[in-house]
Amino acid sequence: MASGATLISFDKVWKSYGQGEARIHALAGVDLAIRRGEFVAIMGPSGSGKSTALNIIGCLDTPTAGTYSFEGIDAGRLDRNRRAMLRNLYVGFVFQGYNLLPRTTAAENVELPLIYRGVAARERRNLAMQALAEVGLVGREHHTPAELSGGQQQRVAIARAIVTRPTLLVADEPTGNLDSARTHEIMELLAKLNTGLGLTIVMVTHETDVASYAQRTIRFLDGRVASDTAKLEVA
Amino acid sequence: MIWETVRLSLTSIRRNVLRSFLTLLGIVIGVAAVIAMLTIGSGTTEKVKSDIAKLGSNLLVIRSGRPAGPGGPGGLDQVVRPLAEKDVAALVAHLTGARAISPASQKQVRVIFGTESLTSGVTGTDSAYLDARDWKLASGRPFSDSETRSGTGVCLIGETVRQQFFGAGDPEGEIIRVNRTSCKIIGLLEPKGYTGFGQDQDNVVLMPLHAYQRRIAGNRDVDNIYVAADDRTPTSELLPRVEDILRDTRRITPDREDDFSIRDMTQIADAMASATTTMTGMLGAVAGVSLLVGGIGIMNIMLVSVTERTREIGIRLAIGAHEKHILIQFLVEATVLSLLGGIIGILIGLALAGLASVTLAIPFAPSPAVILLAVGFSALIGMVFGFFPALRGARLDPIDALRHE
Ligand SMILES: Nc1ncnc2c1ncn2[C@@H]1O[C@H](COP(=O)(O)OP(=O)(O)OP(=O)(O)O)[C@@H](O)[C@H]1O
Ligand SMILES: [Mg+2]
Repeated sequence: MASGATLISFDKVWKSYGQGEARIHALAGVDLAIRRGEFVAIMGPSGSGKSTALNIIGCLDTPTAGTYSFEGIDAGRLDRNRRAMLRNLYVGFVFQGYNLLPRTTAAENVELPLIYRGVAARERRNLAMQALAEVGLVGREHHTPAELSGGQQQRVAIARAIVTRPTLLVADEPTGNLDSARTHEIMELLAKLNTGLGLTIVMVTHETDVASYAQRTIRFLDGRVASDTAKLEVA
Repeated sequence: MIWETVRLSLTSIRRNVLRSFLTLLGIVIGVAAVIAMLTIGSGTTEKVKSDIAKLGSNLLVIRSGRPAGPGGPGGLDQVVRPLAEKDVAALVAHLTGARAISPASQKQVRVIFGTESLTSGVTGTDSAYLDARDWKLASGRPFSDSETRSGTGVCLIGETVRQQFFGAGDPEGEIIRVNRTSCKIIGLLEPKGYTGFGQDQDNVVLMPLHAYQRRIAGNRDVDNIYVAADDRTPTSELLPRVEDILRDTRRITPDREDDFSIRDMTQIADAMASATTTMTGMLGAVAGVSLLVGGIGIMNIMLVSVTERTREIGIRLAIGAHEKHILIQFLVEATVLSLLGGIIGILIGLALAGLASVTLAIPFAPSPAVILLAVGFSALIGMVFGFFPALRGARLDPIDALRHE
């Protein structure tokens, strides 16, 4: 269902660190476009710039040079607080290490982005419960992360990412800490969210069978796009 | 949003009970010290004031001998000429602006009733003494003028003397022996308690001046003259008039100094009250420094807290928190913490002051203004010392913060 309008576009994006001799180009002139509703996997060797690109896509980071636009907005040139607002309104994040608040219940974790939207407490609780139901965690709402398995924690994180009904979900190695059974459950869930809600997903992964859940795979090499292929077949 | 943040900070304080408690400790100790010091201090000031009021307010006390000052009281060459009844008579005749004028001579004397004995302050005086010293009778009657003049063996006793000899019983009409002479009790003085210097003001026997002079002192001297000013006359105005009259009756030529001294009790009261107030202020300031130390403790712990929760800050920033949200979160947390510490400190401080007021026998005088100030000040300390750590947290880069282990 890769059919929507362009949501994300990179125009000669560079991201550089350090000065002079020690200067490193994490991204070296990336051109890229992702349409609304796509499910994209980003692959490539370690240090090739995948996370850097993903952080820019998620409006967490800005390019050193070139233009990054999101929803037609020149997001690369917005200040910190405007980008925070953009993230809060349009982007959900899923990380390899789950990144839930410790000693905080699943429901409270899921409510978090709604607090910064100024949603009232009762409504927040309802939306959080609904999101937890969507990721299949009914009955675990009041457990803290320490009382949940890795797969369950990642489901809480996904619930937190989708509770605001975002346009885009970015996931950096979301299954990196999970065994293969749990990996496939999580990937089924993401695929379902992509088709069911029309959620655009950009995901970094090292595993080809994880990438196979996506409709499109972009390979990075030394800060450049090396290949961009539709539907990678499982080897 | 603010309420949300307060709730959040309370949750995070509850989740780190031990650390929160340790953070509070500095503020608790600081506030408790300030509150205890100021409360005990103002109790002491009140006590000193009331003690001096017990000596008699607006009172001048005249003694023989040159006033203390450069050169010391009297000289070795100078024979001290005692005060006499004619000095009292001159004051009574010429002084305006006085409510009461009374002579008094006193001595520590053994007083005996039955098999009991007690060493008391025995004072020979007249019926104006009670008025001059602002003293009232609990029962009985004062000396009559004829008793004063003739020096009849009658006396008024203080509460301590009554308890020693009669317990709770009625002493009136009983005969006690005072230094080999006997006298009949005609009245009981109202209790005055102890002075600030630990002297029992109720261990006294009052008798007519002539009786005292003849039977106890064995001379016709007057040790002190008490002059109480009336309501319209300040003692500072009365004092030079008294001096003029006495110089006149005592025939002191203008080239010679006074051979008597006049003490103004109002001045002494003011001086002592201001001394204790200064003391209180100084102790309060010292305690205030410990509050500052408490504030630095808050800053320290908040910095640790921000570092420890870097990842949490990263998560919050990633999902859309603005800088100000993080800033407010930590600021509110620091403020709530130190406010909590302040409230605990106030309770402990008041408890300490209450304990001290019981053991030191001073009034318990908590001041609402001081308590309010302590609350405001501890909140302020939280805000001031929490600001830098909070700002540091708010300025974190979300990517770095998320990567933080
Ligand atoms: N904050 C930074 N300062 C300096 N160099 C950085 C910084 N962030 C990333 N880099 C460098 O940029 C390059 C790309 O990093 P990036 O994290 O995007 O790689 P990656 O493709 O995600 O690798 P991995 O698969 O190991 O996660 C690396 O060489 C990295 O060392
Ligand atoms: Mg990476």
